[in-house]
Amino acid sequence: MWLLNSSVGKKVIMSVSGLALILFLLFHMSMNLVALVSGEAYNMICEFLGANWYALVATAGLAALVVVHFVYAFILTIQNKKARGTQDYADKKRPKEVEWASQNMFALGIIVLLGLGLHLFNFWAKMQLVEVMHMVGANVDVTYAADGAYHIASTFANPVYVAAYIVWLAALWFHLTHGFWSALQTLGWNNKVWFGRWRCIGNIVTTLIILGFAAVVVVSAICPCC
Amino acid sequence: MAKISSEKLNSKIPEGPLAEKWTNYKAHQKLVNPANKRNLDIIVVGTGLAGASAAASLGAMGFNVLNFCIQDSPRRAHSIAAQGGINAAKNYQNDGDSVYRLFYDTIKGGDYRAREANVHRLAEVSGAIIDQCVAQGVPFAREYGGLLANRSFGGAQVSRTFYARGQTGQQLLLGAYSALNYQVNLGKVKLYTRYEMLDVVIIDGRARGIIARNLVTGKIERFAAHAVVIATGGYGNTFFLSTNAMGSNGSAALQCYRKGAYFANPCFAQIHPTCIPVHGDKQSKLTLMSESLRNDGRIWVPKKIEDAKALQEGKKKASDIPDEDRDFYLERRYPAFGNLVPRDVASRAAKERCDKGFGVNNTGLAVFLDFKYAIQRLGKEVVKQRYGNLFDMYEEITDVSPYEEPMMIYPAIHYTMGGIWVDYELQTSIPGLFAIGEANFSDHGANRLGASALMQGLADGYFVLPYTMQNYLSDQIQVPRFSTDAPEFVAAEKAVTDKIAKLMAIKGKRSVDSIHKELGHVMWEYVGMARTEKSLKTAIEKLKEVEKTFWSDLRIPGEANSLNIELEKALRLLDFIEIGKLMAYDGLNREESCGGHFREEHQTEEGEAKRNDADFSYVACWKYTGEGNEPELLKEDLNYQYIKVQTRNYKN
Amino acid sequence: MDKNISFNLKVWRQRGPKEQGKFVTYPMKDIPGDTSFLEMLDILNEELVNKGEEPIVFDHDCREGICGMCSLYVNGHPHGPATGATTCQLYMRRFNDGDTITVEPWRSAAFPVIRDLMIDRSAFDKIQQAGGYVSINTGGIPDANAIPIGKDIAEEAMDAAACIGCGACVAACKNGSAMLFVSAKVSQFALLPQGQVEAARRAKSMVAKMDELGFGNCTNTRACEAECPKCISISNIARLNREFIKAKLSD
Repeated sequence: MWLLNSSVGKKVIMSVSGLALILFLLFHMSMNLVALVSGEAYNMICEFLGANWYALVATAGLAALVVVHFVYAFILTIQNKKARGTQDYADKKRPKEVEWASQNMFALGIIVLLGLGLHLFNFWAKMQLVEVMHMVGANVDVTYAADGAYHIASTFANPVYVAAYIVWLAALWFHLTHGFWSALQTLGWNNKVWFGRWRCIGNIVTTLIILGFAAVVVVSAICPCC
Repeated sequence: MAKISSEKLNSKIPEGPLAEKWTNYKAHQKLVNPANKRNLDIIVVGTGLAGASAAASLGAMGFNVLNFCIQDSPRRAHSIAAQGGINAAKNYQNDGDSVYRLFYDTIKGGDYRAREANVHRLAEVSGAIIDQCVAQGVPFAREYGGLLANRSFGGAQVSRTFYARGQTGQQLLLGAYSALNYQVNLGKVKLYTRYEMLDVVIIDGRARGIIARNLVTGKIERFAAHAVVIATGGYGNTFFLSTNAMGSNGSAALQCYRKGAYFANPCFAQIHPTCIPVHGDKQSKLTLMSESLRNDGRIWVPKKIEDAKALQEGKKKASDIPDEDRDFYLERRYPAFGNLVPRDVASRAAKERCDKGFGVNNTGLAVFLDFKYAIQRLGKEVVKQRYGNLFDMYEEITDVSPYEEPMMIYPAIHYTMGGIWVDYELQTSIPGLFAIGEANFSDHGANRLGASALMQGLADGYFVLPYTMQNYLSDQIQVPRFSTDAPEFVAAEKAVTDKIAKLMAIKGKRSVDSIHKELGHVMWEYVGMARTEKSLKTAIEKLKEVEKTFWSDLRIPGEANSLNIELEKALRLLDFIEIGKLMAYDGLNREESCGGHFREEHQTEEGEAKRNDADFSYVACWKYTGEGNEPELLKEDLNYQYIKVQTRNYKN
Repeated sequence: MDKNISFNLKVWRQRGPKEQGKFVTYPMKDIPGDTSFLEMLDILNEELVNKGEEPIVFDHDCREGICGMCSLYVNGHPHGPATGATTCQLYMRRFNDGDTITVEPWRSAAFPVIRDLMIDRSAFDKIQQAGGYVSINTGGIPDANAIPIGKDIAEEAMDAAACIGCGACVAACKNGSAMLFVSAKVSQFALLPQGQVEAARRAKSMVAKMDELGFGNCTNTRACEAECPKCISISNIARLNREFIKAKLSD
């Protein structure tokens, strides 16, 4: 299977999974913005995305995307390290045309992954997971399982979490500014003209996503009442 | 006087009218059937335009080809550096071009010292080369309508030069390299990169293989084949400084000479007038600036000797010299052609001024090529459009902007028309040994026209040799593959290892390059742009001294049986010294001025070249007579049946 | 006039592919600014030979920026700090008095060191042999003007074909990827009608050979494009990806 065997194929897997995750982030960010307007509306969405079959399937799909994206990143990185050889340059300079993010995608990815762990612990483990456990008969408290607004408020009351989320989002911003156009380049949807356009579109989309997420964090931290 | 051999040369020119000779030859030559081709091995030494195209074409025909080059990849051969273009008689521009006209221009450009039948064949196959290259995916320049573009070049009244920006040689070589790669993939060609041929092996009078040194391991290896093709380029690096690549050398050709192949017209070397001048004694090569610069630049030196002195000492700048004190010597001497006289004329005129002390640069060995007037006339933008790339390259090398100060240029050795003597079939005087491209002498006479080197290399490799070789190989189908254990191989290898051991044992005090520079100095001084009987005799004496220095003072660090770049250079240098002597002997013999060879004794009152057709309308072939002996001369008479021999005139 | 400069030259010396290499520092005195970088190494080698030591081995040939043989990693850049230039087109006036100049070979698993600064780039030839051609023999070709090709297409193909195969892209890439090199050849042929006939086969076999030889994966850092002495664009990589994916999907 060429997708698994060839270098370009593996990169296609990275691109497709990456782009799908960007779409998810767009959705997630839009959903979060609702929390700024109305906690009730937000909780409705949370309930809608509770332990329903479609939400669970989507969650499983998302998890699979993350796993695939990470596993392939790992495989490719190992191969790349090997291809570089055992002896490194004594003097190595980054040309000005090369974005810092592009050369540190794996490290950024690790930060994103750690952030994701924290995020799952803060929210998913207290919401969808609790509902699922409840469904299978475990003895858990489901009072706040669908109350997303409550979790937002309680999490970002803690400045440590706020800081952690800001770092996470910053890493994600760097990761996506490169990842967006890079994915399209890998899929072959690029040329001299579109190179600049995709980068511009990518920067805008990424910045919107990150600003959207950050807005919820910052607003919740500064003004827990609203 | 050179000893003249009574031996007769048979150039095997086919019968019949000029335009039908090649057709007749192909119709009647012997061929090898496909089943037999599989059993025949051919060694091709060199992977430039001629070598790569020949190896690919022979492989495609079904022969087994072993292809050697000294570089790490076939694509590095120096054909890659050719800039201008490739000529072909396509008449796409509808300007009256034809096979005959290309043939005529080439013979005339060569100052009537090339063989008619060969040159006509070259013109005949020129069109097919362009077809072949386009089919290979060579991205030639095109017009908006999608058809191929042409430019005009020196020595022609028609536009017949095809080009790919300023990198035509690169694109054509990569085309030949791709054809070669196809055959390598099919298993018909086997590549030996970083291998250097050190001898040709002769069995019963026929070339049957080579001895080569693996440049990475230092191991001497033997290779057998039914025939050997030499495609190793020219010997311009005899002069140390030239526009050739650092690795370009004449050693393969010289080994053939030592084994009995004749060396033809060695004194015909082309000197290119527009090169960046030598700037110090540490320089390793000379960079060519495109000839097209002479279209808009005006060449001058100061009129007053004190201005020249001041310029040399750095006390004045070119812009300090007012127009009335500038000597536009080409415009003065050749009012009709002015700055656009042919390469050899422009080169000699520059040398004449510098010899009189009017040269500029700190060395006094340069002339100005000034764009001030072009900028005044056309504006800076137009000049930038036309020559921007070249100006940038010049500035990178010299740190001087040609927009502000005039360029400095000086002539440099560029191409060698002489080479191994071959007959119409491109076979040398040793049966089974062939020579193609710049390595042979055949098509350019005493001077080569621009954009014709690429044409000849590819003509030989794609369309001539693969045919003519079969005429020889058809007799060889009964000959089984040779074992490299044959005594001739053993002896040849021993001779090579002995020579290397002798070199390693000198253990003197001087580096190869320092002696090579000395050789280059002697060559440039005494066998350079203008030669005299006295200078050539001095050269022979001095070259013998250089040879003595070589054998007593040379130092090669490291070991012979390992990678050793100094040893590689030393082996080549030894052959350059021999080639230098050959050039001097040939120049001494040729008592006339023609093309790239100028004898000061033979010039008109105005200082123009004076050819002597009555006595020298022949190819001078030199035969090796043993170490330290003078070579013997054989003459192949040139009979012009289809062209009227005339004198070139650029004054009016 | 150029000034003379003195500096320290830190050069990688390594006897053979399996042997341990190390840096050796050579003090260089009064080198004129109009000396090319390779001529400066010639001067050093001359000194070494005069002392009876073995010279520094490095690849070089045409010394006018077109053969692609020179391959030095100077001060953190393949072909040194100049842009759009090969090592042989680098002049000493770019450096300052008192500098330490670090010279290393291309480093990549696919380009083993032969000695000192000379590396084995035969992997590039192998990739070309896998499909970097139009499968035709000599002769029997239609007229060169039989198929018109748009000027823009021809120019774009020429941009890609300008690659000199030096390997700076691999040397610059943190992944040791050869995608810029492979894509330049695939693009040249994919753009021209003569090459389109077997475009799918070519893209597949060249990528397969590239992977087999141990080059890394492209992560679009653009270091290759930034360091390429011929300024080959990464739009060629996009085209290679497109050609490859298209070819695989239509299998």
